[in-house]
Amino acid sequence: MSDTVRFTLDGLEVEAQPGETLWQVAHRLGTTIPHLCYAHKPGYRADGNCRTCMVEIEGERVLAASCIRTATAGMKVTTDNARARSARNGVMELLLADQPPRERAHEHDSQLWQWAERMAVSGSRFPTRDPLPPDASHVAMRVYLDACIHCNLCVRACREVQVNDVIGMAYRGHGSKIVFDFDDPMGASTCVACGECVQACPTGALMEATLVDEQGIGKTDSLTEIASVCPYCGVGCQIAYQVKDNEIIAVQGRDGPANHNRLCVKGRFGFDYINHPHRLKVPLIRRDDAPKNAEGEVNPADPFTHFREATWEEALGVAAGGLTQIRSRDGGQALAGFGSAKGSNEEAYLVQKLVRTGFGTNNVDHCTRLCHASSVAALLEGIGSGAVTAPFTACEDADVIIVIGANPTENHPVAATFFKQAVKQGTTLIVMDPRGQALKRHATYMLQFKPGTDVALINAMLNVIISEKLYNPNYVEAHTEGFENLRRHIKDFTPEAMAEICGVDPDMLRTVARLFAKANAGIIFWGMGISQHVHGTDNARCLIALAMVTGQVGRPGTGLHPLRGQNNVQGASDAGLIPMMYPDYQLVEARDVRKQFEDAWGTPLDAKRGLTVVEIMDAVHAGQIKGMYIMGENPAMSDPDTHHARAGLAKLEHLVVQDIFLTETAFHADVVLPASAWPEKDGTVTNTNRQVQLGRKALELPGDTRQDWWIIQEIARRMGLDWNYKGPSDVFAEMATVMPSLNNITWERLEREDACTYPCDAPDQPGHDIVFGDGFPTASGRAKLVSADVLPPDEQPDAEFPMVLSTGRQLEHWHTGAITRRARVLDEIEPEAVASLSSIDLRRLDISPGDPIRVVTRRGAIELKSRLDSAIPEGCVFVPFCYAEAAANILTNPALDPIGKIPEFKFCAARVEKAGMSAAAE
Amino acid sequence: MKQEIRVHKHSHPGSGRAHARAHPKGRQVDTDALAQIQALLADRARQRDLLIEYLHLIQDNYGCLSAAHLAALAQELRLALAEVYEVATFYAHFDVVKENEAAAPSITVRVCDSLSCELMGAQALLQELTEGLGTDVRVLRAPCMGRCDTAPVAEVGHYHVDHATVASVREAVQNHHIHPDIPSYKDYDAYVADGGYTLLRACRKGERSVDQVIETMEGSALRGLGGAGFPTGRKWRIVRGYPGPRLMTVNADEGEPGTFKDRYYLERDPHRFLEGMLIAGWAVEAEAFYIYLRDEYPAVREILLKEIAKLQAAGLMAGSAIHLRRGAGAYICGEESAMIESIEGKRGLPRHRPPYVAEVGLFGRPTLVQNVETLYWVREIIEKGPEWFAAHGRNGGKGLRSYSVSGRVKQPGVKLAPAGITVRELIDEYCGGMQDGHSFKAYLPGGASGGILPASMGDLPLEFGSLEQYGCFVGSHAVIILSDQDNTRDAALNLMRFFEDESCGQCTPCRVGTEKAVKLMQQRGWDEPLLQELSQTISDASICGLGQAASNPLRCVLEHFREDWS
Repeated sequence: MSDTVRFTLDGLEVEAQPGETLWQVAHRLGTTIPHLCYAHKPGYRADGNCRTCMVEIEGERVLAASCIRTATAGMKVTTDNARARSARNGVMELLLADQPPRERAHEHDSQLWQWAERMAVSGSRFPTRDPLPPDASHVAMRVYLDACIHCNLCVRACREVQVNDVIGMAYRGHGSKIVFDFDDPMGASTCVACGECVQACPTGALMEATLVDEQGIGKTDSLTEIASVCPYCGVGCQIAYQVKDNEIIAVQGRDGPANHNRLCVKGRFGFDYINHPHRLKVPLIRRDDAPKNAEGEVNPADPFTHFREATWEEALGVAAGGLTQIRSRDGGQALAGFGSAKGSNEEAYLVQKLVRTGFGTNNVDHCTRLCHASSVAALLEGIGSGAVTAPFTACEDADVIIVIGANPTENHPVAATFFKQAVKQGTTLIVMDPRGQALKRHATYMLQFKPGTDVALINAMLNVIISEKLYNPNYVEAHTEGFENLRRHIKDFTPEAMAEICGVDPDMLRTVARLFAKANAGIIFWGMGISQHVHGTDNARCLIALAMVTGQVGRPGTGLHPLRGQNNVQGASDAGLIPMMYPDYQLVEARDVRKQFEDAWGTPLDAKRGLTVVEIMDAVHAGQIKGMYIMGENPAMSDPDTHHARAGLAKLEHLVVQDIFLTETAFHADVVLPASAWPEKDGTVTNTNRQVQLGRKALELPGDTRQDWWIIQEIARRMGLDWNYKGPSDVFAEMATVMPSLNNITWERLEREDACTYPCDAPDQPGHDIVFGDGFPTASGRAKLVSADVLPPDEQPDAEFPMVLSTGRQLEHWHTGAITRRARVLDEIEPEAVASLSSIDLRRLDISPGDPIRVVTRRGAIELKSRLDSAIPEGCVFVPFCYAEAAANILTNPALDPIGKIPEFKFCAARVEKAGMSAAAE
Repeated sequence: MKQEIRVHKHSHPGSGRAHARAHPKGRQVDTDALAQIQALLADRARQRDLLIEYLHLIQDNYGCLSAAHLAALAQELRLALAEVYEVATFYAHFDVVKENEAAAPSITVRVCDSLSCELMGAQALLQELTEGLGTDVRVLRAPCMGRCDTAPVAEVGHYHVDHATVASVREAVQNHHIHPDIPSYKDYDAYVADGGYTLLRACRKGERSVDQVIETMEGSALRGLGGAGFPTGRKWRIVRGYPGPRLMTVNADEGEPGTFKDRYYLERDPHRFLEGMLIAGWAVEAEAFYIYLRDEYPAVREILLKEIAKLQAAGLMAGSAIHLRRGAGAYICGEESAMIESIEGKRGLPRHRPPYVAEVGLFGRPTLVQNVETLYWVREIIEKGPEWFAAHGRNGGKGLRSYSVSGRVKQPGVKLAPAGITVRELIDEYCGGMQDGHSFKAYLPGGASGGILPASMGDLPLEFGSLEQYGCFVGSHAVIILSDQDNTRDAALNLMRFFEDESCGQCTPCRVGTEKAVKLMQQRGWDEPLLQELSQTISDASICGLGQAASNPLRCVLEHFREDWS
């Protein structure tokens, strides 16, 4: 740490911290020097180009830009003498010469105009240049380069902060121009619409389309800001809604621990679903003349073909009555409930408590089963905790980052920005994935292995590390158990032997193994490419072993991080929305634990673990489960072999669905309860980093909709439970009494601080980002090394189904598309079902990119558009599962990982053919 | 028998307003273009810093930079599309051709319209050529080509036509004379025969110590002759003081209008320069050498490529490498930090100082940057001793200077003269006096950026530090002589246009200020107070020397030549 520097600022002796610029020192001491190209925000490097912050330094020939200049001892700086002021005003006048007049400004109160006002520069005496025409090619943003001052904040936003690398400053001199790719229209470029540039622009040259009128003139309505957290992925970006007349007009990023003001397209532009005409606004009861069947469809715009409107009293009565009837007749085991990882912690807690104490069963689960159940199983077995050991921001301290089976630029876009930034700082990035992806360009090493061969790949690395004695013997000795078994087991998994299986060159396997083992700090991130396999738990076990033998855990820049999918999948799991565990992963089958919860909840509890998502559907088919309560989940789209799942839903005697839209699942409901959207409610959510964050209500509920916690409570009451929560904070308070993970985290604290990481030692201390530096919460205190054998995926390609189908997500769409397809911007960017294939396969099949194709598996067939994507390897087809018109899960294989009970969404045998031949549409 | 397939179709909640793209977002890489680029690059390193080299390679092969090739190159170098595009469009010599745009004609004629050439009729030439060379030829205006003593100059492809006329240019076009003529020069064998590289070997053998050599340089009064005049020996000592690994770059981007001395030496005695460079590199223990040569000097490029290969063959490289990098038409890259950015394969944007390049230079390493002529003198100074060089000089100046003299004198050219000589002495003693019919009116002491002084101030010593008090400087010692037949207002406008064209665009005062200044200076009557104010803003607030000096000529004309503009 270098020392502070003493210098003179406007005649006063002051001190600069190491690295602190003159601008920052002045600002800290109360003088804000004009600035346009400098954003006083995290992640934005000073660039010193606009020259509105010039100051005079004694003895120097020319003025200096205070935003980029640091002090040296004894320097004499004057921030506001005639010379500096004249230069600053001169620069401002030059800039104003080419601006549209303020009354027609794209942003009336832009930084530029605010500063012009403060500097009392009202116009310009200089001749103007010909303005550039506007670019309205993008659905969400407008480009008005007539207001551009070439400050390049948008370039830094795009290239250095988000590292999406779309914006450049092309040409030269006064011909310089902000360009997208090759000076393409923004809407035709590779822009991913994160909106960082719009947020950064100080002049209104880049604007949210919703904030300007048709002439491009900025709207001057005053907007109310409400701080909250993004409802989409597990990253948990903090946001500020900008609201007018009970409508979200725009969204800005806030400086949350996981996002530092950054957002992605969903978090910035994906909120108008709330006002979509399909929004459920009244309770619905199924009409007697509307029988259910597996393929039954209801038009969400007109549910009254199948449902009738009901009062809340009637709907709640029917909903609870049906469940109660089955409970009394067949017992609690004939009921099941799904909660949602898109709800709050409080809602998740209430759903599992309702099922456990009201239904009398542990048949409660949610979509974690479909995403990271295997990872959690392996983590609980190996290190005694199902959460991450370090936040993704720990990559900043890592030397080597492994990203395997994850496509974070699409699925965790803001987390990906941190990975890409780390690479820019010189960190080695090793990406392992069968698909090429946007991270490939940034990767130091890209290992495109054959789908489904994860164990072979990682075992080869373990073989190299152990056989070359690159493991960390002290760590292994002190903190692990089972090393000798692993050592014996791994002997045969040589790089040469495994290369044949996984298709990665043995030398490459050696290189990356050595790099990771020798790194001072190595960190592993994984996604559903690891978890969604019949050997998903084995895949995760191998990664755990990799981190453990190398001692890459528990220190800054190290750790194991399964990138959690949904905004609250961590929290919903923590809250006990899983069939084998109570809140905080306490086993339902452990007698003392059960006793504790029976005491806490004042009722006897089912002693047997419940069924998981796919098992519940099987149990419906088997006639064992007859009634279900589904809150915010959409198994009719998200379950594997969807036809089977839909048939199960249709078969139910009684189905209660609580949601904001009439989802594909709700098509089969007996009662539909119109619920609240995220911006309409208060609640906490826990992101992938274990950061508990507070979401705040910004809008009043529309129509006759209700808060979810209230609906759950009303059902509970009607099933005989004596619940009397006043609101989410009440629920949170109860949760804290049964969940040690929430120690020292209170609702009031979250209201004050917005976020707190668990575990947390004291009410006035931040939580622990990095855990397990000194042992693990296992019985022995040691991490258990579990070896894995190479097993093939459940269904191998053959002559009839020669290709591999993999499913997943897209940047713009969320889960089953129920929300995002109703968000205008997201819908416009990815409007239709599409399957991605390699150019080789398209040519072989004589299909032109964009032509309709049919994808067929043993379970069914769908028709959708083809897309040529050079990231897809030969022999593979990738279909996002968000499209109802061609639901990928019609095709997927319901085979389960034996431990995590997660289906093999990432691999099944498929055939692709031109559409329109020998097919009978239903 | 094929089983009937049931296709599951559902309605969906999307609006149905748009259709799915057949490709991922944005421009995709064309497989044919990728194959062409891969074949062209062959086994060349896929390094980002070679981007500009590869852009040249593509343009040399295909006549232009097509969007398809640029996208393919981006993929090969793992760069973003925007990164490639912004570099390709920054440099004047690259022709980016997007889809649906016509390719550039097969022959490009560039006509220099910098001041010396304009004095000699460049505008008329440009106009006549534009009208009369046919369809597959395009005629562009271009900045100084470093041949001001043979003005006006045009370039057909890469062949320079000195004393250009419509006829001589047309002849070159018709004969497809597009490759440079290589002048005769002292090659490796001749240089060695003359005792060349003996000194370098002696240094490397330890017969001379680094300290001795640096002391000699310090004692010689040799200064950076690119224009900044920083004492050479002191610079070596400073660079050597920073922890290695260190690098050396040579600034052969001689772009200051009116300057052609570096070309003069490189086309005559390239090894004297190379030996100087290797000695300097030995003194600072540079691990590699990067010579940044302007694209306007194609003959020099051929000479250096050939002669550097001989150095390698002769085993004179001692394990290090000389990288010859080709500029692409950007005056700003003569600014040392912009040059370093360009060597790194980026746009030539000057960096903020501090840190200085001696500490944080090429690839972030301590870097010795020297001009060609500075290095040219190293051998002779060490061989003859520091006093030999320092003993030259007049009017308080010290050492020898190569003045590039052009304009209205009888014998323009590179004049090796004592430092501190006055312009009158230079005209009379070295240039045979003024051209017949012209009388001395004004002079530019240091190219486009050094200001304009009236003949009445023709007795000032042309030396570093002596003209600054008049808002002028001698810089690269490019002296342009104007006569009573020239208008200084036109000259100042020519120069401001040049700065407007060549501003990198990074900072507001230079990017916008030069553009506004040109517009104001084009107006019939000049708004003196506004131009004064603007001049002050540009010079006070610009990041680099280009902007800081851009208004020197304007200010001089406002001050000394009121009769020309009022």
